[in-house]
Amino acid sequence: MAENVVIVKNLHKFFKLPKEQANGLKQAMVNKLKGIRGYEKQHVLRGISFEIKKGDFFGIVGRNGSGKSTLLKLLAQIYSPNSGSVEVHGSLTPFIELGVGFNPELTGRENVFLNGSLLGFSHKDMERMYDDIVSFAELEHFMDQKLKNYSSGMQVRLAFSIAIRADTDILILDEVLAVGDEAFQKKCSSFFSQIKKDKSKTVILVTHSMGDVKRYCNKALLLEKGKIVAIGNPTEVADDYSKQFIDESVATTIKRKNRYGTGEVIYENMKHHITPELFTLDFDIVNKTDKRANGITMGFDFCVNGDIVVGNDTRFLQEYKKGLSLGPKKKKHITVEFPNNLGNQPFSLNTNITTDLGINVTDHMNPALEFNSTNIQYANAWKVLSFPDISVKDK
Amino acid sequence: MKLSNVFSRKNRILLRELVITDFKLRYQGSVLGYAWSLLKPLFLFAIMYVVFGKLMKFGSVEHYAIYLLFGIVLWNFFLEATSQGMASIVARSDLLRKINFPKYIIVLSATISALINLALNLVIVAIFMIVNGVSLRLVFITTPIYMAEIYIFALGIAFLLSALNVRFRDISHIWEIVTQAAFYATPIIYPLSIIIAKSRLAAQLLMLNPIAQAIQDARYALVTKQTMTFADLFPHHQYLLVIPYSIVVLMLVVGGLYFKKHSKYFAENI
Repeated sequence: MAENVVIVKNLHKFFKLPKEQANGLKQAMVNKLKGIRGYEKQHVLRGISFEIKKGDFFGIVGRNGSGKSTLLKLLAQIYSPNSGSVEVHGSLTPFIELGVGFNPELTGRENVFLNGSLLGFSHKDMERMYDDIVSFAELEHFMDQKLKNYSSGMQVRLAFSIAIRADTDILILDEVLAVGDEAFQKKCSSFFSQIKKDKSKTVILVTHSMGDVKRYCNKALLLEKGKIVAIGNPTEVADDYSKQFIDESVATTIKRKNRYGTGEVIYENMKHHITPELFTLDFDIVNKTDKRANGITMGFDFCVNGDIVVGNDTRFLQEYKKGLSLGPKKKKHITVEFPNNLGNQPFSLNTNITTDLGINVTDHMNPALEFNSTNIQYANAWKVLSFPDISVKDK
Repeated sequence: MKLSNVFSRKNRILLRELVITDFKLRYQGSVLGYAWSLLKPLFLFAIMYVVFGKLMKFGSVEHYAIYLLFGIVLWNFFLEATSQGMASIVARSDLLRKINFPKYIIVLSATISALINLALNLVIVAIFMIVNGVSLRLVFITTPIYMAEIYIFALGIAFLLSALNVRFRDISHIWEIVTQAAFYATPIIYPLSIIIAKSRLAAQLLMLNPIAQAIQDARYALVTKQTMTFADLFPHHQYLLVIPYSIVVLMLVVGGLYFKKHSKYFAENI
C-alpha cells in the first residue's frame, strides 16, 4: 500500500471579490465610513477532502468555475485555505497558468536557473538537469537569447520542460494540453505514459480532456460548485463529467420562440442527447386530427446565428421518401441520429413537419432548440458543409 | 515558517539567485550600466554641495563635503532599501501567483540589492576621504553598527510597506511624500547646530529618529569629531539612546509580523 503524499481535509476557500475598484486607500476608507463591505464573498471550495497516494496519476475535472484551479493552487500552496488543511509530503513542482513566471529581460538560460532556485534546486542541481530540460524543449539554439524574443509557444515549452524534467516528487499540471505543436504534444503524451508507470512520481492533472483522463489517470475527481461529486475510477468520473452537459442540454430543450403551422401533425416531447459521436433527437409525432395523415416528412436544419448551415429532411431518405402515415389521434415515437459534427459554437435547430410530402406545413419550430455549445467540448469543427446523414428509427 | 528555516540552504540559494537577477536587471539596456550606481549619488552630492555648501554656506563642519556626501549616501541607502523593498512584492506578482516560495526572500533580496549599492557608494566616499585627507580615528570601526541599524530599520519598514502595498497601492505615493519630508527632517544637508540655535528641544526630538541618530553617529565615527551626535544632545540622559534603537527593533518586529500574517494571502490579493 503506497503512502499518502497529499492529504486534503475539509478544505474551504472563499475569495473576497471587491465590488468596486477597492484597490485604493480612499475607497477602503469610504467603505469603512459608510459601513459597507467593499467586497462579496465567493465560496469557491466547500469542504473538500481526499487523498492522493504516491505514484498516482490523479485527474481533477470539472466545469469552468467549479474550483479546479483554486484547488490546484491550494495544493501547490500558493493559496492558503480559509479552513481545513492541505498536507503535502515531498517536493512539489507546479505548472499553473501556462508558465512559471519568466523574466522577459533575462536569457533563457538565466531563467531556467532562476526558476530552478524558485523550485528549490541549487545551481549544481540545475546544471545536472539543464541539458535535459533544454533538449526536451527543443530550444538548444535559443538559450542565450532574452526571453522577450521568444515566441509564446517557445516560452510555454521551456516552462513546461522545466516543470516536467525537474527532479520532483509531485508534479501539478494545469491545462497543459495546449502546449506546443503536434510534435511536442506527442512528446508530452509519451512522457505522460512513461510517468504513469513510474511509481515514485505523483502527478496531479487538471484537464478538460476526458480522453486524457481515461488514458493517463488511475484516479480522478469531479468538482462541481466547489464540492466533490465523484471520485475514484477515472472512466466513471470522466463519464459523470460528460453527463453534466447532457443534463443541461435536456433542461434547455424546447425553448420554442417561434412556432407556426396548421397544428395538425406536431412534435411532442422533444429531447436531445449529445455524445462526441452522435447528436440524437428523440420525439413523438402526434396526429391531432381525426383523419389519417399521409406523406408526413420531417425536416431538420442546424443554424448558426440564425442562418441554416446544414440540414436534412426525411424525404431524402430512400425508405421515407413517400412519407410516413399516421392514423387519427395516433402518436409515433421517433429517434433521429445525426453524426455529431456540430463543432464548438452556439447553434440552433429548426424543425418542421409537413404532410402530403411538403405541401402542408403542420408544425414549424424556428428554432426548436438552442445550444450554447461553448459548454460542449467536442472539438470537431464543422467538417463538411453537407447534409448530415440521418437515420430514423421508429419504435 | 520556523525561524531556523529562514536561512535554510534552499532559501539561501533562492536569495542569492534573486539578488543576482536584481543586479543584472537594474541597469539593463543602459550604456553606462553599473556606473550609474556611482554617478547618481555623485551628481546629487555635487548639486547639494553647490547649493548648501557654497551658496547657503552650511559648511561650518570640518570636511563638510565628505560629511554631506556620506550623509547622502546613507540616506539614499535607506531610501532605496525601503522603496524597493516596498515595491518588490507587487513587482513579482507574476511569480507569486504561480509558485509557492518564502515571500520574505523577495523583500530581503530587494534590500540586499540596496546594500550592494551602498557598498559601491562607500568606495566613492573612501576615495573622497583620501583626496580630502580625512584622518581615520579608531572609532571608525563602529561605523558598520550604524549602517546595520539603518539596514534593520529599513528592512522592518520594507516588510510593513510591501505587505500594505499589496492591498493599497497608494502606499508608494504616500511613502514618497513621507521620505521627502523625512529627508529635510533629518540633519543630512544642514548641520544640527542650526536647529539647536533655534530650539534645543526640536533638535533633541529630531535625534530620536533612528535615521538621524545613526547618520550622525556614523559621521562622527568616520568623518569628523565635530559631528553633533545623540550624546551631545542628551549629555545627562545618555540612556535615552535606547529609544532610537527600540524604534528600530520594534519596526522590524511589527513589520515582520504584519508581513508574516499577510504573506499567506499575497497570491490572491495581489
